[in-house]
Amino acid sequence: MKLELKGITKNFGDFRANDNITFTAESGKIHALLGENGAGKTTLMNILFGLLRPDAGEILIDGVVQKFSGPNDSMASGIGMVHQHFMLIPVFTVAQNLILGNEPVKSLGVIDIKTARKSVKDISDRFGFDVNADDLVEDLPVGVRQRVEIIKALSRDAEILILDEPTAVLTPQEISELIQILKQLKEAGKIIIFITHKLKEVQEVADEITIIRRGQVVGSAKPSDSESEMAALVVGRKVSLTTDKKPAQPSEVALEFKNVSLVEKTGAIRLQDISFQVRKGEILGIAGVQGNGQTELSEVLLGLLHPTQGDIVLNGKSLLKMSVKERLNEGVGFIPEDRNLYGLVEDFSVEENLVLDSFDRLPYGKFGSIKPKAIRASALDMAQKFDIRLFNVADKARSLSGGNQQKVVVARELNRPLQLFVASQPTRGLDVGSIEFIHQEIVAQRDNGLPVLIISTELDEIYDLSDRIAVMYRGHIVGIVDSSTDRSTIGLMMAGIDPSQSKTGKAA
Amino acid sequence: MKNENEKMKMNNNSADLSATSANSVEVASERATPELKQDSIVATSNVSQSSKTPKDNYAGDIVVPINWKTSIIFTVLLGLACLFVLFSTDAQARFSFIGLNETALIQIPNVNLPAQITIMVLTVAMAIVTALSYYKAIQRQKMNIAFSILFGFSWVFAFLIWQIQGKETDFYVTGLLSMTMALSAPLIFGAMCGMVCEHVGVINIAIEGQLLFGAFSAVLSGSVIKIATGNDGLALLGGVIMAPISGVLLGLLLAVFSVKYFVNQMIVGVLINVLATGLTAYFYSTIMTENLALNSAMKLPVVRIPILADIPIIGPVLFDQSVLIYIMYILVIGLQYMLFHSRWGLRMRACGEHPKAADTLGVNVNRTRFRNVLLGSAIAGLGGAYFTIAQGLVFGEGMSSGKGFIALAAMIMGGWKPLNALAVACLFGFTDAVQILLTTFGASIPSQFLLMMPYIVTVFAIAGVIGKVTPPAQEGRPYVG
Repeated sequence: MKLELKGITKNFGDFRANDNITFTAESGKIHALLGENGAGKTTLMNILFGLLRPDAGEILIDGVVQKFSGPNDSMASGIGMVHQHFMLIPVFTVAQNLILGNEPVKSLGVIDIKTARKSVKDISDRFGFDVNADDLVEDLPVGVRQRVEIIKALSRDAEILILDEPTAVLTPQEISELIQILKQLKEAGKIIIFITHKLKEVQEVADEITIIRRGQVVGSAKPSDSESEMAALVVGRKVSLTTDKKPAQPSEVALEFKNVSLVEKTGAIRLQDISFQVRKGEILGIAGVQGNGQTELSEVLLGLLHPTQGDIVLNGKSLLKMSVKERLNEGVGFIPEDRNLYGLVEDFSVEENLVLDSFDRLPYGKFGSIKPKAIRASALDMAQKFDIRLFNVADKARSLSGGNQQKVVVARELNRPLQLFVASQPTRGLDVGSIEFIHQEIVAQRDNGLPVLIISTELDEIYDLSDRIAVMYRGHIVGIVDSSTDRSTIGLMMAGIDPSQSKTGKAA
Repeated sequence: MKNENEKMKMNNNSADLSATSANSVEVASERATPELKQDSIVATSNVSQSSKTPKDNYAGDIVVPINWKTSIIFTVLLGLACLFVLFSTDAQARFSFIGLNETALIQIPNVNLPAQITIMVLTVAMAIVTALSYYKAIQRQKMNIAFSILFGFSWVFAFLIWQIQGKETDFYVTGLLSMTMALSAPLIFGAMCGMVCEHVGVINIAIEGQLLFGAFSAVLSGSVIKIATGNDGLALLGGVIMAPISGVLLGLLLAVFSVKYFVNQMIVGVLINVLATGLTAYFYSTIMTENLALNSAMKLPVVRIPILADIPIIGPVLFDQSVLIYIMYILVIGLQYMLFHSRWGLRMRACGEHPKAADTLGVNVNRTRFRNVLLGSAIAGLGGAYFTIAQGLVFGEGMSSGKGFIALAAMIMGGWKPLNALAVACLFGFTDAVQILLTTFGASIPSQFLLMMPYIVTVFAIAGVIGKVTPPAQEGRPYVG
C-alpha cells in the first residue's frame, strides 16, 4: 500500500497553513512528520482525515485519487487517526466509544453490546492491549485511553494510522509501550504516520522523517541524523537545545510546604501530604505527567485553592491566611500554566496587561485612577527589555504570537520586587527561540538569588532548568532527586514508583 | 477495591513492558513489592470509609473534610417539625381514602389520627434519622437514600396532620394523589422534551412556549375538525396530532437559528416563548372569543386498566387515566432505555458530550441535533395537549403558567435521567397539590407561604439528598466544526 500527498495547499484567510506539501508513505514503515507547534502538521493530517478540505492538491492511495468529503470517506479508504486531544466520549464505555458511528444493532436500533464487546476483546487480545470493554473511559489512565483510540481505528480496518502528537500526555514508560505497539503494527503491514515536535522520539521510532516549517516541507532526515541537525531544519536556524547555566549557589530556605493536603468533600484527594523546601538561588523543578496535582499545587501556593491540611511558609511567614493579593504583595511572582486563560486578559491592550497586578499603586495609579503616561512609558521600557515584538503597546494582547504573549506575562511578573518566582508550564506551545529566551530569564532570576519553582510536564524543560527535581504522581510527591538523576529513574517516579524506596525496602 | 486491584495489575503490566524496552529490569521487577504494600495500606485505611471513596485514595493519614450538608438540612427540618408538635392539639386529623372511582374492589376505611401523638411519633422517627445522618457524616459515609425518603415522607405527613387537625371535613388522600398526577404530567412531558434536547447538546428553554402552543393548537384544531365533520373522535385525534406538530413548528425555529445559524440558544428560546405567548393570546382574544365553538371543551377517553386499577389508593391514580398519561408512561420508560441502549441514544449523547469526536466518527452532529430538537419539541407539544383535551378543558390565556421552566428544573435536578426527572417532577407536582388542597382546606399558614412551599421543599430535598449532577458536557454550545 502506498499513500501520496501531492501539492496540498490550505489557507485560513490570509494565513497559509499548508503550502504545496508533497509527501509519500509506504506500508511497513513508520513515517515521522516533524515540525514546531503551528508548522501546519495537524492541518495536513486533518486534510488527510477528511476533516478539512484542501484548497489545492490531491491525495492518492495506491495511485488512485481520493475525494474525502468527511471522516467517513477517509475511514472507508482505510485511514484511521489518533487525535492529539482524544476523540473519546468520557461518559461512554470503551465498547460504546468503539462502535459509535458504526453500531451493530438489533431491532428498533437497540445496540448489540455483545458484538461490540467481542470486537474490543479481539483487537485487544491480538495486539496485547489489555483493555476492558466495559470500563468507562473517564476512569481510564491516559495511556489506556490512547490504546482505546488505536483500537478504535483498527476496528474500522485502518491500514493507514495517523498519530497526532501521541506522546504529549504519556509517561516515559507509556511512551516506550506505545513505541512497541507501533512497531508491532508496522510488522503487520500498516502505514504509520507519526506527528511530533520531539526530536528524541523521532530518532527512536521513525524509519523516514519529513520536516515541515511554516506550512512547507523543508527537507527530510534519517533517524541516524544528529539532534542538532534536525533542530536546525525544524527551526530554520542554529539553536542551542540546552540552557547554559552556572552551578547553583543555594543559601537559606525561602519557601516551605509543610504536609500540605487538599481533599475534596467527596473524598477525592487532590494533594496528599506535600512537603518540600526551595532555597534562595536554586530552581526546584516539579515533574510529572499532566493532571497529577501540579495545577492544584500552583493554585494552593497562589491562594486560588485552600489546602485542607498543612502550611505554606515563605520567608518565615505563613501564606495560608493571606488573600491572593496579599501573597502577590509578599513578592510571589507567578506564571500560570494557561496564559490565555489566567495569564492575560486577551482583549486588554499589552500595556494594560503589563500592569494587571500593580495598576492600583504608584507609579501607575493613585486614588483609584490610573496614570496612562506612566503605564505607557514602563510598557515601552519592558517591551524593549524583554524583546516583546509588537507594533504598538496599545494593541490587544490577543494580537500577539504565543511567544510574545508569554513574554508579556514574564515581564509583568518580573517587574516588581520578588521573593519567590513560580512558573507553571512556562514554555508550553512556544517556538524554540522564545523557549531559549524565557529559560535564560528564569536562570537569571535564580542567579539573582531568588528561589524558583518550575512546574512542567516537559521532562526536557525540567532537566534543562532544575537544580533539584521533585516528581508528582496522583497528588503526592514520589521523591525529590538531584538533577543528575537519569531519565529512566525519573520516568519510573512519574509512574508512581520510587526506586530509592524499593531499594531501601529490600535492604531493610 | 476492585478498581485498585485493576490499577495495580495495569501498573505491573507497564512495568513488565518497560522492562523489555528499557534496561531497567532490576528496578522493574522490584517495584511490584512496594506497590503491593501501598495497596494493602489502602485496604486497611478504607475499612472505615464507604465504598464511595475515590479510587485514587490510598492515603492512611489524610483527613477528608466532613460533609455536613445533609445533616444541617435535616436539623432545620427537624426543628420545624418540633414546632408542629408544639402547635398541635390532641384533635383528630381525618384522612379519607375513598377513591374517585367508587367501583374499586377494595375500599379502605377512613383513618382518624390523634394529631399531637402522631406528629410526635413522626418527629421521633425524624430525630433518629437526623442522628444517623450525623453519625454517617462523621464516618464520612453516604446515607442510604431510603432513610432520606423516610425522613421526607415523615416530615410531609407531620406537616399535613398539623394543618388538618381538628377540621371537620375529611382530607382525601386519593384526591391528593390524582391531583399530583394532573399537576405532574405537563412537567414530565416538558422534562422529557428538555432531556432529548439537552442530551443532544441544545438547551431548550422554549419548553414553556411549546407546552402553551401545544395546548392551544390541540383545542383549536380539534374544534375546527369538530365543526367541519361533527365527529368527536376525529376531532380528538386531530388535536392529539396537531399538538406535537405545533411543538415541532416552534422547535424548528430553535433548530434553524441555534443549530444552523449558531444564534445563542437562550436568546432564541426566550424569543420563542414570547412568540408563543403573544400568538396564543392574540388568537384567544380574537377568533376564539368571537367564535366560542373554536375553543370547545373535548376530552380524550379515559381508559381503565382492569385489575391494576383496583389496587387500593394508587390504582385509580395510575391506571384509570387519560390515554395521554399512558403515552407518557411509554415515553418515559422508552426514553430511559433507548437513551442508554440504542444507536439513536448513543449518537445523540455523543453529540452532546463531545461533538468533535462524534464528527470524526462520521456522525453528522448538526443534523443529529436538528432532528432531535424537533423530536423533543414534539414531546413538549404533545404535553401541552394535557392542559386542554386530556382534562376536557378549554384553552385559557397563559395556561402553561411557567410549567415549562419547572419542567426544566425537574430535568436538571433529575440529573438528565428520565426516571429521576420523573421522580422530581412528581415531587414538584405533589407539593403543588398539597399547597392547593391546603389552601382550599383553610390552612393556618398564609397562602403566600403555601405557594412557596413546592419550591422550598424541592430545593431542600435536592440539596440535601441528591447533590451535584453533571450535565452533558457540551450542552448549549453550537458545533461549528
